[in-house]
Order: sequence, then C-alpha cells, then structure tokens
Amino acid sequence: MTVTRVLERDTLDTVAARIRSHVVDMCAGPEGGHLGGAFSCADVLAALYFSVLNVDPRRPEDPDRDRFLLSKGHAAVGLYATLAERGFFPVAELAGYGRPGSRLMGHPVRAVPGVEMPTGSLGHGLALGCGFALAARYAGRTSRSFVLLGDGELQEGSVWEAAIAAASLRLDRLVAVVDRNGLQLTGSTESISPMEPLADRWRSFGWAVRDVDGHDPDRLADHLDAAPWEPGKPSVLIARTVKGQGLPFLAGRSASHYVTLSPRNHARAVRALRDMEVAG
Amino acid sequence: MSRATREAYRDSLLPLLKRHPELMCLDSDTGLFSAEHAAAADDQYLNLGIAEHNLMGVAAGMAASGRMPFVNTMAAFATSRALEVIKIDIAYNRLPVRIMATHGGLAAGHLGPTHQALEDLAVLRVLPAMTVVVPADATATEAFVEQSLNLPGPLYVRLGRKPTPALPPAPPPVIGQAQTLRRGGDVVLASCGPYPVLACLAAADALAEHGIEATVLNMHTLRPFDTETLVAAARPATLVVTLEEHWRSGGLGGAVAETLAETAPTRVLRLGVPDQFVDEVGSQEHLVAHYDLTAERVVRAVRTALDTAARSGRTDRKEHIS
Repeated sequence: MTVTRVLERDTLDTVAARIRSHVVDMCAGPEGGHLGGAFSCADVLAALYFSVLNVDPRRPEDPDRDRFLLSKGHAAVGLYATLAERGFFPVAELAGYGRPGSRLMGHPVRAVPGVEMPTGSLGHGLALGCGFALAARYAGRTSRSFVLLGDGELQEGSVWEAAIAAASLRLDRLVAVVDRNGLQLTGSTESISPMEPLADRWRSFGWAVRDVDGHDPDRLADHLDAAPWEPGKPSVLIARTVKGQGLPFLAGRSASHYVTLSPRNHARAVRALRDMEVAG
Repeated sequence: MSRATREAYRDSLLPLLKRHPELMCLDSDTGLFSAEHAAAADDQYLNLGIAEHNLMGVAAGMAASGRMPFVNTMAAFATSRALEVIKIDIAYNRLPVRIMATHGGLAAGHLGPTHQALEDLAVLRVLPAMTVVVPADATATEAFVEQSLNLPGPLYVRLGRKPTPALPPAPPPVIGQAQTLRRGGDVVLASCGPYPVLACLAAADALAEHGIEATVLNMHTLRPFDTETLVAAARPATLVVTLEEHWRSGGLGGAVAETLAETAPTRVLRLGVPDQFVDEVGSQEHLVAHYDLTAERVVRAVRTALDTAARSGRTDRKEHIS
C-alpha cells in the first residue's frame, strides 16, 4: 500500500489546526460558509490528504492516484483549505473564497485543482465512488477511492442504492467515511430522521465497519491506511465528530451549520483556535 | 422492415464491446440483454440492479476514469428519476456516458404514464453539453451507436420498445445534421422518431396532390440543433409543421419555434401529444392514432393554415387552396 505521509515538521494535529484557521478566515468573508461541517471533518481531511491518499499536486491527473470525493460538498471551505495546504493551489487564493470572480464556489467545482468531481447536491458521491473503484478494478489498478459523507446526507436514498451496489460488486478498494457529527441544518439527525444503530445499518448492507473518534487524526489515518479491513467488502469509517469542533461558542450547535463571522466573532474564533493549539 | 430500435442498439453494441475494451454496458435490470447477450459481452456487461441514480452515478465515475459506459434504462426513469445525476455528474463534467433510453415517447403503450416519456426531449435538450438524438429506425440507431464512439461528451438516445417500421432507404443519418428526406418550397414538415417521420413523408405525398410542395426534415438531433438546415428550409416556406411523440411543450416543436422566432420568423404549428397524461390503454400505434399524430392530421393542419392565411391575405399562395 502506498502511504504518502507528507509531513516533515508538522503533525496531523497542526495541519488540522491550520485547516480550521483557514476555514475561520473564509467564513469571515462576505458570504460566510459551512463552518460547522467543515470543522467536524477537518481531522479526517488532514488524515486523508497528509497521510493516506496517494495523490500528488504536481500530477493531479495521474491515473494511478487515489480518488477522494467530498460528497458532503457543503464542507467546501474545509476541502479548499486542505487542498491549498497540500499544495494543489496557493494558500493565498483562499482569501478569494466567496468573492466575485473567484473559482472557489460555495460547493466544490472541478475548476479547483484537486477537486475530482463537483459535489454539493447530497447523495451523489458514493455512486461516483463506486464508479471510480470499478474503473480502477477494470484497469487493474490498486488505487483506492474515498468518499466523505455527511450523516444527514445518509437520509438520501441514493446513498443506500450505492451502498447496495458497492457490496454487491465487492468493491473493497472503496472506503466511505461518515462525518457523524449528529447535527443537520435545523437540528439533530436523531430528532429528524434517526440514523442509529448506524454501524449495524452499514454492516447489514454488507460493509466492513469501524466506529471511531473522528478527532484523532493519527488514529483515523491508521484505520484508513489499513482499508480494506475485510477482503471483498467495502469499508465505512464512522467518524464520531462534533460539529464546529474547536470553537467553544459554536461547537455542538446547529447554529454552526452556516456561519458568517462578524469581525468580533472572527477574533474570538482565532483566539479559540490558538488556545486549542496551546492546550493540544 | 420493422425492427425495434432498442434491439438494434443492443445488437450493434455487442460487437463493438469486443473491439473497444474501454466500452461498458451498465444495465438496470431492463431485460434488454438476455443471459446469452450478457455472456457475449463478458465482463463489459454489468447489471447494477433497479437503481437509476446509482446507475448514472457509477457510469459518471467510470467515465471520469477513462471508460465509455452505455447505460440502459427506460426513458421515463432516465430523464425524470435520474435527471439530477445526468445534469450534475454527467453533463456538467461533459463525461462520455451514453444514455440508452428505451420506451421513449408512447412506446411504453399499455404500460401507462408511469412508463411513458413525453417530456424527455424537452428536459434533456436544455442541459449544456448534452447531445440528444432520436433515431427513427434501426439503421439510424446502428449509425448513432457507431458514431457515438467518436463523440465527446454525453449522449442521450431515445429508443423504442416494439418493432417500428423502417424509413425508406437513405444514407445513414449523422448526429447533429438534420436529414432532408424531401424538398419542396411551400411548407416544412419537421419531425423525429419512427411514426412521426413516416407520417410526414406520407403527408408530403398527399399535399403534393393538392399542389403543395413540402420539405420533409428528419430532425433526429435535438441538441446540438441543426439550425442551418432548418432555417434554409424555412426561408421560402410560409409554414413549418412539427410532429413528435412528445408533449407539445418543449420538444422538437419548441426547438423549431425558438430557432425560427429568432432567425427566420415563420408560422410554426406544433403537433404532438396534448399536454395531458395518456388516459387509455393502447399500443404505441393505437396511441399515435388516438392523439392523431398522423399524416392526415398534418395534411389537415397545413391546408387549414394555408387556407386561413390566404383568406386573411397573408400569403400569395392562393393557388394552393382548392
């Protein structure tokens, strides 16, 4: 298995902190952004792009690369921050997010280097991931396909169409990650459309399941590196996360879903992240 | 000779699969490919089950990885149920997915409105990057399947269900180029699909007996639309009639009217299925007759229109009124 741990002086924690810092800055821009869901998956993104994925910003079209799809495309600000940190485009470009003329739209588009497919309408990513994994198998490649799903997104029936297909096709080089932050736009997933027992649901669809802490990037990377966990089965990592993780005034609150940070709250957020880094 | 366009598609694809390993045939349990056909296609055929969103998504993912998937579903499910995937994952990414949509128009017959597709052309021809074609017979279907191998971007092919009659012999149609099946300077009859094109050819014969000469266009490609051929045909004409197995809104009639309104204003009569859901049992032929998508209807429409125009002094073609 190709492991592309690209860190030298950094740790995955410091990378995740920088991703959150960029997200905070972007969400202080004119349009704001989906801060909460970007924060909840920041550690997953750091683990994937700085430890797990076999991708090379200098060769973004390499046919042997691993594929990553942010099926919960509203977390675009998190993906943009990650791709910039990983070197797919200059970090300075993040300042243009949400501003007229920028290619950094509110949901990822292919014009952004490193983005495999446009996403944002929920429920599309897993079927695309099946297609990527299937094509890789036909081509005799060992590359893997990773799809990051929101937990609210699992209410889309198309996710389960793809879950059935992936198991039926024995796509064991397909890996799904569920950002299980428990919240969707207007409230908790369990109050709107209960998801539990989530691991059992996936298991019953024929997937290998691991249910883990979604804010420990080193452990996340170990799990993701190890996939497939069971031969012939696709893998799903249920990452237990907190929406808005790292910002005390937003963490665990639905209000973090879409945020336009005022200058005052931007300063609060920057301070909170600094404190988190010191404490961490 | 009568032959089902969907079977012509299947039979033309199978040998191509062998020659082109990048091709895939992805099915949604439509039954078009028997166990023998599937075996002949070897691992290039996959039945992904009854899940059209997933079908289109898998096709998009494979196409983004260098494959060219032909996907089989019914027109109704392709364009209504899976439309968002076609729009976002296939058209937006300009991926070479071939959507082979059977039971187009009224071809689902007695199966009813759940299985009929009278909106597919309207819906798909507005999507950027799409190519939308309606082969009128088996020969055209074979030609389009072959030509699709060199077509960049996505393609929608509206197919039928049961055998439909062949058009009179003509050179095979080319995607994007309207076929001029007959030339005449008085009116233009534009249509697509098996029964409408044959009806227009018969109508042109009948109109000639009344001294009215018609150009007959087989406008098999709805997008990109062959504006040039249409406008050239319409310029000398006083009337353009469209005929299609589609609701009157948004399909070929819509494309013709939009085009001519901007470039060569001409009166356009859009003949199609009235804007209502099919309300009775019948074969495709029965329903085509029920909704009067016939040569007689075209003749009536042309003569009435020219007559009215003559009475109001809007044309100098009084010699046509007999």
